[in-house]
Amino acid sequence: MTTGMNGVKPSLERRAWNIRHKSLRMGAVQKQGYIGQALGIADVLAVSYFHALNYRPDDPEWEGRDRYLLSIGHYAIALYAALLEAEVLPEFELETYGTDDSRLPMSGMASYTPGMEITGGSLGHGLGIAVGMALGLKRKSSDAFIYNLMSDGELGEGSTWEAAMSASHHQLDNLICLVDFNNQQADGPSTEMLCSEPLEDKWQAFGWYTQRVDGNDIEALVAAFDKARQLKSAQPRVIICNTQMCKGVPFLEAREITHFVRVESDEWTKALQVLEERKPA
Amino acid sequence: MTLSRRSSKWEPRHPVAEDQRQLTSAMIASLSAEGMPTRHAPFGHALKSLAASRDDILGLTADLAKYTDLHVFAEAYPERFYQMGMAEQVMISAAAGLAKEGFTPFATTYAVFASRRAYDFICMAIAEDRLNVKIVCGLPGLTTGYGPSHQATDDLAIFRAMPNLTIVDPCDALDTEQATYAVAAHDGPVYMRLLRGQVPMMLHEHETYRFELGRAQLLRDGQDVLFITSGFMTMRALEAAEALAKDGIEAGILHSPTIKPLDDATILQHCRKPGRLVITAENHSVIGGLGEAVASTLMRHGVTPAFRQIGLPDEFLDAGALPVLHDQYGISTNAVIRQTKAWLK
Repeated sequence: MTTGMNGVKPSLERRAWNIRHKSLRMGAVQKQGYIGQALGIADVLAVSYFHALNYRPDDPEWEGRDRYLLSIGHYAIALYAALLEAEVLPEFELETYGTDDSRLPMSGMASYTPGMEITGGSLGHGLGIAVGMALGLKRKSSDAFIYNLMSDGELGEGSTWEAAMSASHHQLDNLICLVDFNNQQADGPSTEMLCSEPLEDKWQAFGWYTQRVDGNDIEALVAAFDKARQLKSAQPRVIICNTQMCKGVPFLEAREITHFVRVESDEWTKALQVLEERKPA
Repeated sequence: MTLSRRSSKWEPRHPVAEDQRQLTSAMIASLSAEGMPTRHAPFGHALKSLAASRDDILGLTADLAKYTDLHVFAEAYPERFYQMGMAEQVMISAAAGLAKEGFTPFATTYAVFASRRAYDFICMAIAEDRLNVKIVCGLPGLTTGYGPSHQATDDLAIFRAMPNLTIVDPCDALDTEQATYAVAAHDGPVYMRLLRGQVPMMLHEHETYRFELGRAQLLRDGQDVLFITSGFMTMRALEAAEALAKDGIEAGILHSPTIKPLDDATILQHCRKPGRLVITAENHSVIGGLGEAVASTLMRHGVTPAFRQIGLPDEFLDAGALPVLHDQYGISTNAVIRQTKAWLK
């Protein structure tokens, strides 16, 4: 992993900022993108890739790696930013985002991008695949973890709950599910489309070790990830991360429809400027 | 026009004499004709024997181990068997995950549930990533009298358009056993239709025959008719050909157990022989299965023999007793003979 210019590792806050910055730069290439989700999930990705995950940037398919599944294919812009920041992908490819023949298509696919473990996008797939990979790692006596990053909208998919039941039935203590609860989906607030609350109760009832944290609070995320990894009980773990769409760019945060947030051509530069003013050390 | 025999559900039915009752066929065993040799659970035993030399082979089922013969494997290798419960979507997804970790999972359920309920998961989690998962499914086509909820009359149509997926429809116990080995040796996703339980056997009479993935093989030749068949309809065609021969009609049989990729070259070679009526026969809807696959191959290559299709009608089929249903819907041996003679007139 990279160190700063002075040889000191950047803070997680700075990593998150870098992920936001890279996401916005990718959005600016395409003049569109799921930037609201990327800005919202940046802190979770920073803690994932620069605190929790065990991986080798120069060998994305290293057998001993923790597997990080992006069930929400449309969050690809955010994961690309994290993979660029982690130097799994070279920095210069950022400007190919969403262009023809790019390795960074708008929806994440395993066959296109190093570090993209699965083809997400058809929602409700990641957790089930994670169950199989977790079973597979156990068969191989691997101590690696499987992470599945999913959204609150995916909680509406029945397959999510099949997988949730299966994971606890098979006592998959090597499986950590991250739920991005931003309360937004295509047609409006998730809780108004198909309400999944009370969510902690549901996961607990399904046999999961459940935590719910502010997904934009890095300290809280670090504590939750540590606890999820260090827990001894033979059960899968879920961290429900309450996030703010468009976090870090206040004029976008204020927008009502944020699933596919409308950003005017001139606003990409403005958003980058606003972010620049909030750059951590 | 419908082939259904059903009258109104408001009309009471009167019981028939006990010795005339035709009972609902739930089991594939009722497929075997009187006196035909059978073999027990050919898929389960083949998988068990394969697993002895291949540690990567795993078994998964969605609460249908006993009904897909996977229990034979599960009893021999309990630590390599996953009972996934009545949850086809996670079974398929988990099989994908296991394949990503280097294993070769065989996932079993009924054909209706794989094709209709787990389609998106087979498509995106397995086929798109070209994962080495084998999906082996019971009750293909019309092999149960339970009605449309269990009759997979559309599975081939559903799966044929899925890229990367190999589709196999074996004929009998021998074919099923040999196909299991071939499918395991193939690196990539496969959908295989399964005959289970006491499975009839006929292909042992054809000494040169061995199942080969992607290959259609001529089981007998004849100058009047060429049947192109898959699944148990190959057995029906073999029986029909014997009977037709007694009436002076010589029928050849090209058995094509791999539905995709179809063996275009062999099919074209045999269909170019002039003066024969080509009849496809399949245990599947006439829409989207072997018949239409053969027809499009012929059309694309400008080979246009007289052509007819034997298959299930485009309708939801009746519940009831299989021998009656097979006759009613045109896929019994007698129905094959009847239709062939009518078309030759």
